[in-house]
Amino acid sequence: MAGQIYVYIAHKGGVIDDTALELIAAAKKIDPAARPIAVVTGSGAELDQVCAEAAKSYSQVVKLASPALAHPNAEVVRKALLAILPKDAVILMPHGYLGMDLSPGLSVKLDSTYVADAIDLEKTADGKLKAVRQEYGGQVSTHVLCRMDDGIVINVRPGAFSPDESRSAGGQVVDKSGELGDLAASREFLELVQAAVGDVDITKSDVLVAVGRGIGDQENLEIAEELAAAVGGVVCCSRPIVDAKWLEKSRQVGTSGQTVKPKVYLACGISGSFQHLGGIKGNPFIVAINKNPKAPIFQVADVGIVADVVEFLPELTERIQEG
Amino acid sequence: MDILVCVTRVPDTAENEIEVSKDGTDIERGALVYSINEADNYAVEEAIQIKERVGGSVTVVTVGTEESEEVLRREMAMGADKGILLTDDAFAGTDGRGIATILKAEVEKGKYDLILTGALADAGAGEVGGMLAAMLDRPYASLVNSIEIVDESTLKVGREVEGGNTEMNRIKLPCVLSIQTGINEPRYVGIRGIRQVASVQIPVHGAGDLGLKAEAIAPRVQRQDYFVPTFGAGAEMLEGSNEEIIEKLVEMLKAKGGLK
Ligand SMILES: Cc1cc2nc3c(=O)[nH]c(=O)nc-3n(C[C@H](O)[C@H](O)[C@H](O)COP(=O)(O)OP(=O)(O)OC[C@H]3O[C@@H](n4cnc5c(N)ncnc54)[C@H](O)[C@@H]3O)c2cc1C
Ligand SMILES: Cc1cc2nc3c(=O)[nH]c(=O)nc-3n(C[C@H](O)[C@H](O)[C@H](O)COP(=O)(O)OP(=O)(O)OC[C@H]3O[C@@H](n4cnc5c(N)ncnc54)[C@H](O)[C@@H]3O)c2cc1C
Repeated sequence: MAGQIYVYIAHKGGVIDDTALELIAAAKKIDPAARPIAVVTGSGAELDQVCAEAAKSYSQVVKLASPALAHPNAEVVRKALLAILPKDAVILMPHGYLGMDLSPGLSVKLDSTYVADAIDLEKTADGKLKAVRQEYGGQVSTHVLCRMDDGIVINVRPGAFSPDESRSAGGQVVDKSGELGDLAASREFLELVQAAVGDVDITKSDVLVAVGRGIGDQENLEIAEELAAAVGGVVCCSRPIVDAKWLEKSRQVGTSGQTVKPKVYLACGISGSFQHLGGIKGNPFIVAINKNPKAPIFQVADVGIVADVVEFLPELTERIQEG
Repeated sequence: MDILVCVTRVPDTAENEIEVSKDGTDIERGALVYSINEADNYAVEEAIQIKERVGGSVTVVTVGTEESEEVLRREMAMGADKGILLTDDAFAGTDGRGIATILKAEVEKGKYDLILTGALADAGAGEVGGMLAAMLDRPYASLVNSIEIVDESTLKVGREVEGGNTEMNRIKLPCVLSIQTGINEPRYVGIRGIRQVASVQIPVHGAGDLGLKAEAIAPRVQRQDYFVPTFGAGAEMLEGSNEEIIEKLVEMLKAKGGLK
């Protein structure tokens, strides 16, 4: 028998994260009769607001309040969770910036199994967990199998499950802050530094020409600029282009970059990692140009073209300039 | 500062089309081009830059096979002082937890003030660094994109968070950090550099040397198969000559508001 399912509730500025409802659906995949317990860490009035919201969807909400938890520092959150979670707990965490920081170490301290970035979950007939994960930047997927009865931490990819919107739990908030004990840690949060504003605001453009590593060379950015000029759009990019310092960070689309909502998105030499796709919202018309017919981007694009971008883009630009 | 950097040899996803093998138990490995994991190369560069600033040493370590030696030599050509290869038949098929367990045993044979890993490797879990830190009872910060040395016992590190923002933290040494791509500009490694370290001895440690029993590294998470995912309906693929494709595409762009 697997232990009780706990869901860690992510929140910011008093607003509960979408994953709070997605993880209910994830818990039900493990056990359709599951009554997951929500765990919320934080401080002050914001925390109470989040707990009240969580109680609409969870029959039990554990509140852990402390000034030390005001900012979610993984080293402190880990201590808080260790104070209240049983060893055999099944813990669902969103695979966001906190979950990536927290869960590997949490699983070691609980002596639990850890499954990172799961996109689907299933309980096998003999009570094991079968999860789907992606490897090699999403080019292939894999089923992984592990035991759940000794405790498990499962990081679930945000957006992988549809939210359970029923909000019919009418749950109770249980304050367990008294059980927290010493939360002192050797890592201290100092401040949040906002990303620098760049030369071009890619979030304002209806048409984006997005370049990825497939553009090959810094000099080739020119052909993307020319296409962007011809279609009246701007150039944005995937992360490797920023890592290589070819374009400013403010041009990067994705979870660690900008969120854009254009009408048309031309993905040129981009493989289609979930971190990149996470920054494309509003269901634009996506055209993917990639030399690999099996590139994952073709699964999410509306239109696909198998071509070398360095040859194809100038031809397209020329045709558009002709009018 | 004595720094240990954990590195791994991976199929280069920028160079290869990854395909599932016929029996579905592995990827097709025949014609793959391997290289150092991208984030690990940034981690080694960061370690070398720290050494250049404050002195000390840089050691690179990998859990792998004999073939992994090439990535150790590459990083030594970059400027790492020493390489260590951890290999044993017993290590094959272990999971991220097992790799962290093997690394921990090696860490305890030396004295390192700072341990760096990459943020993510080919299996995409981003787990080895955080597990290693917890096993060693050292503080950890993931997705680090800046490191400043405050004093002998303290670092100030930036962590990448949502939307390109940065979370600044103070962290006590000794600690473990996972390094995110883009933190620096890794230096170029030429053939000459690699030749210069070609004959340097690389110590090899196996399960026995590290005092590791098979149970300690048995995988808890077992991979069942590989398959190619399908999401959504998939794109309408435009075919024909470039000219024909472009005609169709221009029509579509006009209809969707992509041409002004
Ligand atoms: C915590 C974290 C946050 C991240 N945040 C982001 C983010 O915000 N944004 C982001 O983009 N990434 C982000 N990443 C990185 C992400 O995982 C991928 O590594 C990245 O998106 C890959 O970029 P790419 O598609 O340009 O490169 P690759 O994956 O290397 O793909 C290059 C593609 O170009 C194709 N190609 C090559 N040559 C040609 C040619 N001549 N013509 C046509 N096609 C060609 C190849 O077939 C391949 O599909 C993040 C990663 C982590 C760990
Ligand atoms: C033949 C074979 C079979 C395998 N079978 C399984 C299996 O059944 N189940 C399973 O879970 N795993 C299995 N593995 C291991 C798996 O493929 C990964 O290598 C491992 O889980 C690390 O995961 P990751 O890429 O997500 O690393 P991450 O945690 O993403 O890596 C982060 C960082 O940790 C460090 N690191 C990672 N790997 C190493 C290493 N080898 N040496 C030194 N530092 C390292 C690097 O700094 C890296 O940047 C198998 C590996 C092989 C070769």
